[in-house]
Amino acid sequence: MTEDMLETAAAWAEAGEQVAIATVVETWGSSPRPAGSMLVVTASGRMAGSVSGGCIEGAVAEVAQETMRTGQPQLLDFGISDERAWEVGLACGGKLKVFVEKLA
Amino acid sequence: MKLALLASLRKARAAGRPVVVLTRLSDGHQCLWPDEALPGTLAEAAQAALDSDRTANIESEGEAWFVQPHNPPLRLVIVGAVHVAQALAPMAAGMGFAVTIVDPRRAFATEERFTGVALNHDWPDEAMVALAPDTRTAIVTLTHDPKLDDPALDVALKSPAFYVGALGSRRTHAKRVDRLKELGHGDAAIARIAAPVGLDIGAVTAPEIALSIMAQVVARRRGK
Repeated sequence: MTEDMLETAAAWAEAGEQVAIATVVETWGSSPRPAGSMLVVTASGRMAGSVSGGCIEGAVAEVAQETMRTGQPQLLDFGISDERAWEVGLACGGKLKVFVEKLA
Repeated sequence: MKLALLASLRKARAAGRPVVVLTRLSDGHQCLWPDEALPGTLAEAAQAALDSDRTANIESEGEAWFVQPHNPPLRLVIVGAVHVAQALAPMAAGMGFAVTIVDPRRAFATEERFTGVALNHDWPDEAMVALAPDTRTAIVTLTHDPKLDDPALDVALKSPAFYVGALGSRRTHAKRVDRLKELGHGDAAIARIAAPVGLDIGAVTAPEIALSIMAQVVARRRGK
């Protein structure tokens, strides 16, 4: 097991996968993963790393799929005041921003 | 992220060169510093991120930037290619440490016992001077043999290593303290040594002792 998501991203890209990288860029309150934490996602559905304790990975992975299709990076806000966050259940009560970009 | 930037970033990291990735959040534009020259505010933020080893969010000319430092990995120098070291080396590697085992006894420090781990067969004082421990280095002596542990500790205590630990009972350590004082180390230097080594979790087996050492290294690293 490694914490090094950039190596994973590079290895998957070299293997011919389409890859997106999601990075925690800012946190407030009790977020489980610090800024800089990464989730790497492929178009084929592989996932490595994390941007939370598992609460928002699904939602981030969906956006990552979109970003891989369009090439457009996205800055996502998750927080208790955010209705979307309620839907995906950020139970810890923290807030965070996640930047999603395509590796191209 | 562009593949070319990822390649440059990985190359820098493989070479142990500190670099910073700066991302403009409005459009995802990225720079790798110091490979790419940057205007004052951004370059200063990049340097500060490296120094503190923390990410930062800054604003420059009305744009929000995410600043992510990539320092070389933390290092763990283990003196003594013993049973506990065999458990400790992979555990530390899993936490992102670059591990070096120092032991001139070639029968212990073998590739078979430490697959894929950097082995140094020099005498510990020479090895430690060559390794030049810095503020991102942890050192633990495990040989139980003053001939090997003491010279390593002598160099370790003159270095800014963030962690220095020495295996051995309280009695063993008391004798060790006397010898280190004879070498000229004062109370402040002696107090830096974690001994008996590791957090007190009642560890008995080699992997348990390795866990207690690793937990203490992490605690020290995180300022606990």
